[in-house]
Amino acid sequence: MMEDNKIYDVPKEKFQFVQREERIHDERLQTKAVGYLGDAWNRFRTNKSAVVAFVLILILLLFALIVPPLSNYTISFRDGYYKTSLPKCELFNGVDFWDGASRQQQNTAGYLYLEAIGRENGKPAIKKVYGSFEDATGETFYNLRVDSYRTVGYVYVNLSEAEYKTLMEYQDNTGIQVFYPLSATQNKHYVRGNDGANFWYKLQDESQGSSGAPVLDENGGFIANYLSSSDPQKAGYTSLRIAGDGENGVWYTYAQKNQTGYRARVDYDEYFNYKNGFHASFLFGTNQYGQDIFTCLAVGARFSLLLAICVASINFFLGVLYGSTEGYYGGAVDMIMERISDILASVPFVVVATLFQLHLASKVGPVVSLLFAFVLTGWVGTAARVRTQFYRFKGHEYVLAARTLGASDRRLIFKHIFPNSLGTIVTGAVMTIPGVIFTESMLSYLHIINLDTSSTVTSIGTMLSNGNGYLNTYPHIIMFPAIFIAILEISFNLFGNGLRDALNPSLRGADN
Amino acid sequence: MTKYVIKRILYMFLTMFVITVMCFVLIKLLPLPAVKEMGRDLNLVLAKREKMGYNKPIMVQFFLYMKSIFTEWDWGVGEQMYESLAIWDVMMQKLPYTIVVNLYSILISIPLGLGLGIYAALKKNKWQDAVISTLVMVFISVPSYVYAFLVQYIFCFRLGWFPLQLASLSQAGSLFSGKMFVSMVPAIMSLSFGVIAGFTRYTRAELSEVLTGDYMLLARTKGLTKAQAISRHAMRNAMVVILPMIIGEFIGIMGGSLIIENIFGIPGIGNLYINSINVRDYNFFMALTIFYTLIGLVSGIVIDISYGLIDPRIRMGSKK
Repeated sequence: MMEDNKIYDVPKEKFQFVQREERIHDERLQTKAVGYLGDAWNRFRTNKSAVVAFVLILILLLFALIVPPLSNYTISFRDGYYKTSLPKCELFNGVDFWDGASRQQQNTAGYLYLEAIGRENGKPAIKKVYGSFEDATGETFYNLRVDSYRTVGYVYVNLSEAEYKTLMEYQDNTGIQVFYPLSATQNKHYVRGNDGANFWYKLQDESQGSSGAPVLDENGGFIANYLSSSDPQKAGYTSLRIAGDGENGVWYTYAQKNQTGYRARVDYDEYFNYKNGFHASFLFGTNQYGQDIFTCLAVGARFSLLLAICVASINFFLGVLYGSTEGYYGGAVDMIMERISDILASVPFVVVATLFQLHLASKVGPVVSLLFAFVLTGWVGTAARVRTQFYRFKGHEYVLAARTLGASDRRLIFKHIFPNSLGTIVTGAVMTIPGVIFTESMLSYLHIINLDTSSTVTSIGTMLSNGNGYLNTYPHIIMFPAIFIAILEISFNLFGNGLRDALNPSLRGADN
Repeated sequence: MTKYVIKRILYMFLTMFVITVMCFVLIKLLPLPAVKEMGRDLNLVLAKREKMGYNKPIMVQFFLYMKSIFTEWDWGVGEQMYESLAIWDVMMQKLPYTIVVNLYSILISIPLGLGLGIYAALKKNKWQDAVISTLVMVFISVPSYVYAFLVQYIFCFRLGWFPLQLASLSQAGSLFSGKMFVSMVPAIMSLSFGVIAGFTRYTRAELSEVLTGDYMLLARTKGLTKAQAISRHAMRNAMVVILPMIIGEFIGIMGGSLIIENIFGIPGIGNLYINSINVRDYNFFMALTIFYTLIGLVSGIVIDISYGLIDPRIRMGSKK
């Protein structure tokens, strides 16, 4: 029976090839291959907070890049009259918020002073009267909402003949009243009211314009106190006149000739518009020098980010070179190099920054010497990380295999070991950015580095220290830079954490 | 272990020496500022400079500097500020302020941070944890000076609860008096936010890792209540990592925070340092550089050693 199954001689012709024409291979994978970066991106995408942080960083970067060229103001713009103006956003025009105004309490004289500014040109400095009360001595106080832009009111300007003519032409063409009649008290040089330019009305005591209490008529109105003459074209003035001018043959005087040209009294809001082509409105207000905080912040942010990115990338390269050398070779090389980096890491950073400032700031400028200071010790952290990664990977079999196949040291380091540690190192480099920004702002806040010398650069730290003395009266000067840097730090940290989780899935949530 | 400690300490001295030499040389290469003549003993300063060999080669000066420190404990005198006062005395006079403020801060922060961290770890992945973790992220990232401005604005100006600047010693009586404490509160608050957040994050991470351990399951299985298991097993293991951090904080209190001392006008060691830089008093600068470097090095060593002392599993030095 068994024998029947045995086939002993099958003729050769009966054999034939199967699939002679076809190649046999595995079925191609239907899904698309996901590379390292694609994989990381997929993981990063699912991390909501990191994505939000990333978008925030992009917005901040855009802010820093776009605002300085597009802004109406530059960093060297300083306006002597719009000092400490409050933040004003045109979107909030009718609302009691972000409208460049603040709540103030004024006594009667102060209230009338502010009221008078608006009476002359129809642009009230007082947006709202909340109410009034009498104190124990019987003096009346008013709670007001005061527009910090309108309180500037009028100023005296000295114009050359040509400027004077052009301004009159401008006034005729646009129909906007810029010139206002000179006050009869214009030579008193009061401390208050822009050298007395706001006192266009009769004062109770003209010798003390600083107290500014007006004489009121029977209806409670102000009594105009303009310089006037019978000559309607005094000082060559031929342009628009304010209402009430020229009654009974009395003409107000709009300018006076002096040695260099003309001294005139102008509505500063309109004069500013004439000069610059736009009305003054500062989104984040101005500081005590009359600089636009919004623009300064963008310039400062650009400086901080640029410095931080420079430092991070330089330190990345130095750290990788140093760390891979010591990590790969180990032994005595490692020991000596480790000592050196240990010593550098142990010097307090303030000391390094100070010494660089003292030695180099006069030669290469404060910014470059700060960069040097960051570079001198900053790479140590990266180097340590790279070194650890090298110790982890260099004993692996695949490295041994590559070595056996004759790969050079350099090839082993950069082709075989380094890519494995890339995630950790990149994350580390990104995480140095918020650190650099913080340290830089701290050093410039403490005046260890002084960027004040160059008016083209500012730093967030400098802005903070500018606002420090005004924290009580004008908190916006300090709060905008402070909030900005807080958002910057938070988003970089969140982004860094997301990056770490995405690039090194094994370290997910290691410290959060 | 002993070998490791000795090795670390020797390395520390080497590092210290190199840094001191480098800084000393770099400072001496700067032009020597003229002695200000403002109501102080000019001759003493000049005599001091003579004694320190200010016109001799720099290495001789370094030798003299080291010699006077080690033989007479003489760190030089102030030249541009605290004129002709001994630097060591001035430092010792400033140090208590820094220590007291920072001590209050960490005495408040550590329990709070640990408590919040434990709470978050126990409520892991619930909403309480999410709230705490988010806040921790925010508080860790925001620079301490931003808190300082906020605290100053809200509590000192708007609410008027605390004075703006530190009370002087004559007003307050002593460093530990209630009045002094009240005037320190803004600074303590500003210092604490970040530290609390740091401890919370660390504790939460450690504890939530420990809680997943098999021995925790065993502890519950053998009949311990959750509280017992956590306090006897989980906390003890989490502490292995947290305790060195606490020790590090305690050494760090001597250094303090430059910017917080500056903002709140605390006459501490950090303020002294900033002043010495701004007025270019190199004697103070040198002495304080040594001081800060030493604190950094010592706290590093103590933290590493304490890991070994607390956790017998960690055998340091053998890792390399």
